[in-house]
Amino acid sequence: MPRKSDAAKMEEVGIEIDGDLSESDDGGTQRRANRRQAGGRGGVKGRGRGKKPASDDDDEDDEEEDEAPRGRRGANRKKPAKKRGGNDDEDESEDEPPKKKRGGAANKKRGGKAQDSDEEDSDVGKGKKGKKGGGKKGKKEEEEETKGKKGNGKGKGKDKGKDKDDDKDKKKKKKKGDSSSDSNSNSSEEEESMSEGEMARLMEEVEEKKKLIANIRNKPWRMQRRLKLLKEAQEFVDKFEGALGKGKGRKWYAYKVMMTKKWIKFQRDFENFRTACIPWERKIKEVESHFGSSVASYFIFLRWMYGMNLVLFGFTFGLVVIPEVLMGLPYGSIPRKTVPRAEQDTAQDYSVLMDFNGYCKYSVLFYGYYNDQRTVGVLKFRLPLSYLMVGIGTFGYSLMLVIRTMAKNADVGGGDGEDSDFTFAWKMFTSWDYLIGNAETADNKYASITTSFKESIVDEQENQKDENIHLRRFLRVLANFLITCSLGGSGYLIYFVVKRSQEFATRDDLSWYEKNEMEIVMSLLGLVCPPLFETIAELEDYHPRIALKWQLGRIFALFLGNLYTFLFALFDEVNTKLEEEQSIKNASIWAMKEYYANYSRLMNDSEATPPPMDPADVIRGPCWETAVGIEFVKLTVSDIQVSYLTILIGDFARAVIVRFLNYCWCWDLEAGFPSYGEFDISGNVLGLVFNQGMIWMGAFYAPGLVGINVLRLLSSMYYQCWAVMATNVPHERVFKASKSNNFYMGLLLLVLFLSLLPVVYTIMTLPPSFDCGPFSGKDKMFDIIMETIDLDLPAFMGTLFSYAANPGLIIPAVLLMVLAIYYLNSVSEAYQNSNMELKKKMKMARDEEKNRRNNADTTNQVMKDLEDLLPNRSLIPPAPPEPEKPPEQEPKPKPTKTKPGTAGKGVNLQKDVALASSNPNARGPVSRPPGPRGPGPGPGAGPGRGRGRGPPPR
Amino acid sequence: MGNKQTIFTDEQLDAYQVSLFSFPRLHGRYHELAPHLVPMDYTNEPDCKVPLALIVNMPELKENPFRNRIVESFSEDGMGNLSFNEFVDMFSVLSEMAPRELKAIYAFKIYDFNVDNYLCKEDLEKTLNKLTKEELTPEEVELVCEKTIEESDLDGDHKLSFADFENMISRAPDFLSTFHIRI
Repeated sequence: MPRKSDAAKMEEVGIEIDGDLSESDDGGTQRRANRRQAGGRGGVKGRGRGKKPASDDDDEDDEEEDEAPRGRRGANRKKPAKKRGGNDDEDESEDEPPKKKRGGAANKKRGGKAQDSDEEDSDVGKGKKGKKGGGKKGKKEEEEETKGKKGNGKGKGKDKGKDKDDDKDKKKKKKKGDSSSDSNSNSSEEEESMSEGEMARLMEEVEEKKKLIANIRNKPWRMQRRLKLLKEAQEFVDKFEGALGKGKGRKWYAYKVMMTKKWIKFQRDFENFRTACIPWERKIKEVESHFGSSVASYFIFLRWMYGMNLVLFGFTFGLVVIPEVLMGLPYGSIPRKTVPRAEQDTAQDYSVLMDFNGYCKYSVLFYGYYNDQRTVGVLKFRLPLSYLMVGIGTFGYSLMLVIRTMAKNADVGGGDGEDSDFTFAWKMFTSWDYLIGNAETADNKYASITTSFKESIVDEQENQKDENIHLRRFLRVLANFLITCSLGGSGYLIYFVVKRSQEFATRDDLSWYEKNEMEIVMSLLGLVCPPLFETIAELEDYHPRIALKWQLGRIFALFLGNLYTFLFALFDEVNTKLEEEQSIKNASIWAMKEYYANYSRLMNDSEATPPPMDPADVIRGPCWETAVGIEFVKLTVSDIQVSYLTILIGDFARAVIVRFLNYCWCWDLEAGFPSYGEFDISGNVLGLVFNQGMIWMGAFYAPGLVGINVLRLLSSMYYQCWAVMATNVPHERVFKASKSNNFYMGLLLLVLFLSLLPVVYTIMTLPPSFDCGPFSGKDKMFDIIMETIDLDLPAFMGTLFSYAANPGLIIPAVLLMVLAIYYLNSVSEAYQNSNMELKKKMKMARDEEKNRRNNADTTNQVMKDLEDLLPNRSLIPPAPPEPEKPPEQEPKPKPTKTKPGTAGKGVNLQKDVALASSNPNARGPVSRPPGPRGPGPGPGAGPGRGRGRGPPPR
Repeated sequence: MGNKQTIFTDEQLDAYQVSLFSFPRLHGRYHELAPHLVPMDYTNEPDCKVPLALIVNMPELKENPFRNRIVESFSEDGMGNLSFNEFVDMFSVLSEMAPRELKAIYAFKIYDFNVDNYLCKEDLEKTLNKLTKEELTPEEVELVCEKTIEESDLDGDHKLSFADFENMISRAPDFLSTFHIRI
């Protein structure tokens, strides 16, 4: 006992404040609860009802009637009751029990269950609780009702306690002493009597205490108080548990907590592991934190590209290259796998190899190396068929992947809604990660928070911007006109140069410039146009995100010219090679015959089979496929070199110079002219897209190209990450890239389609070379499929295919597809509309809520204005006093938040002004009066009169 | 760690275990902060406090821009001197087991720089400047604070009460994942 009283004292000293907090809202909620319960439940159990109010020590009104019941309860509780002394929180938690008690002893089990659920609440279902907390004021009453029956009263009590203590700190500080003394004295009186019903109640209370113990961690109390309460509760439980024959639970609970912790830890580790499995996630995050999501979007795109190329690489190598290497004929066995004798001397020279001639040309990297054997190896692997299938499958897979990703991104874009209601608030309060304990990470985090704020600020500024719309429109039209002009100009220039180069091709006396005219013009255009477009785009003054899209689109159009010239030149080459081939074919056959004839003549034995000709000596065709492949590989490699060198010189060297020459220069290099480079998003993205186009086009003729590309992307990831972190500075206006970089995907899709065309054209129309590649000897490449159908599949399949290829079947199928597209399109449009509609509704609901909470001031004001505008009002002579009231009515609603006097007035005026601007007519009656009126009778007369006048407008 | 020599009665340990979300090694850490102030024997709950300056230098808090506020909100005197109980309390609330409402309450306290139970513009400006190391221009800060209040202020008093704050934070997706400290 002495210890306990000590404890009580301490609490009184130390914990008063906290006690008050919880008490204060207890007062509010429980009072209500009381009444209701008194009315609604009284019949069930008189005692229960009495006890409930006992909790409201702070409730002056109910204080008297509380007294008696409290005594009873005190009897049950004995010591705890005494301890309760200066401590009201305990009340709050212990008061609940009696409520539950009403349910009877039978509920004990449920109580136990409830406890479990409570724990789960605290551990897992925090969200649920949050909701409960949010709506509590309103919901509380309902809950209280159910509480009587269910055991989980404690949870709610807790909620209540947590609710608002912070808000209402310094109120009601007395009143504790008396309640405690009451209970003390009463408890001692009735301590002896303990009936059956009381036993039951006792058990309930034990349950309650246990629950308190279980949940004590969730309460926003000071530690000391918690310990105190805990001790009390434990003692209580210890004391009575034995008597009531209930002892376990604690262990089970501890075990459960431990398991929960373990489970959470496991989940965390698993999550970490998963994040660690995403390649370069940390690198990209780091870039993002310093350069914003727009730059990071490039790297994410690059990573995506890498993933796709890895799959393509897997297909190509697994199904084409590896089988050929393992099961096909070895190098040197047949002419197409051998370096011709004329080239053998230089075949290993570095310069030759770098041009992908010599040994490179006659290797698995290129089309020409593959043999036309129908099957290779013991597995009877149909290599030519596989080659064609992989070639087509590459496109099929890429197409599918791009479209799928686009669809998924569109889904994401619609789903999570970037424009959340709390963009800034969440950034402000939840962006700092309290786990960060490392200085470097912290710096990154600061940078990323700043960046993300800047991004949102840019968005916000863009939303708020409203200037001369006509000027803006004019400028945009002008800018588009200028850019169209320059695009058209450069298009014509390219066309002109290509024409000229064809002309030059027939001549021999060319100067260096004339030889390289096309390349020079192309690279000049590529150098000049993008910055030009960027400059012109300044006129448009778009949001940087939209500006980037425009920029991308325009440069894309320019680069298409590049592609066009390249393809044009290539087809020229192919055509000449095809012509050349025809003659060589004859020569080759003739040479072969000659060889055999010579052999038999020399041997004088026409019967003997001559040994085959040395493969190096056979006359070869030009093998246009390999030539095309080499062309693409060269282009890709030079592209890699150029882009890496650009980074090294344009960014790194520049950064070094700016950084170190700045010490001894006449102007500030860092802030002034050269400064550091910015990361060129549009250029890099387009580079990546067009490079991928090259890969798609070239992969059919050079299976090794995919491997080269994978290496390129891999190195590029590290290299560019390093370069951007080391040498670039963030953009002036960091902007948020849309999460779904669908625009990049769209460009990629376009390029994929464009690169699909020439390849399919060659496969379907051009005859393959007669002496190289898997399709040699066929008229067309796709004949291999016909052959397979005829030879390897059952006959009916052939007829089936021939039916399927019938135009009568194809045309309806196409029609059906068109119709399906149309239908799906209109469905998606409808969904979009309803989506917009719902969004609007949500926004409206939110505004409404705001308004309602807003004391309905604004709406009232509008109503009043409307009333004042009624014709009769302004006509009736005695009206004058009327319009004076509205302003004074203001202080009435105000008191809830501020002092009635001064603050209310300020707001009042403000609102009037706002209204006046929106509705000039209302100005006369409403906004005038507040000026002179306000200071005078304001607070005094206001509320009274205001009240009288308040209701009608509602 | 030295926590082997830390002396608690079983009873005390038990009590802490039950009433906290995390109680591993905490006394050891507490003792480390100020070895000359904090006794190892804690059986009769000596009355000692560790000043803010020492607590703020814990590795867990060192990089946190709100470290002073965190410590202050958990100290009873508001000056940042923490008794062992308060110290333990702090890490309990910040542990990942603590429920959202509990965290929200303390988060509110932490961001309430001037301790008036409202997050007013001044508080927001301070918060923002701490978050961004004052890299935003005053206009930007102004804009952000305005927007923040506009977004979450439900009762139109141009400052955020706890109700506003809780309403906002209860929908924040990463509040729980960011507002915790592992110790």
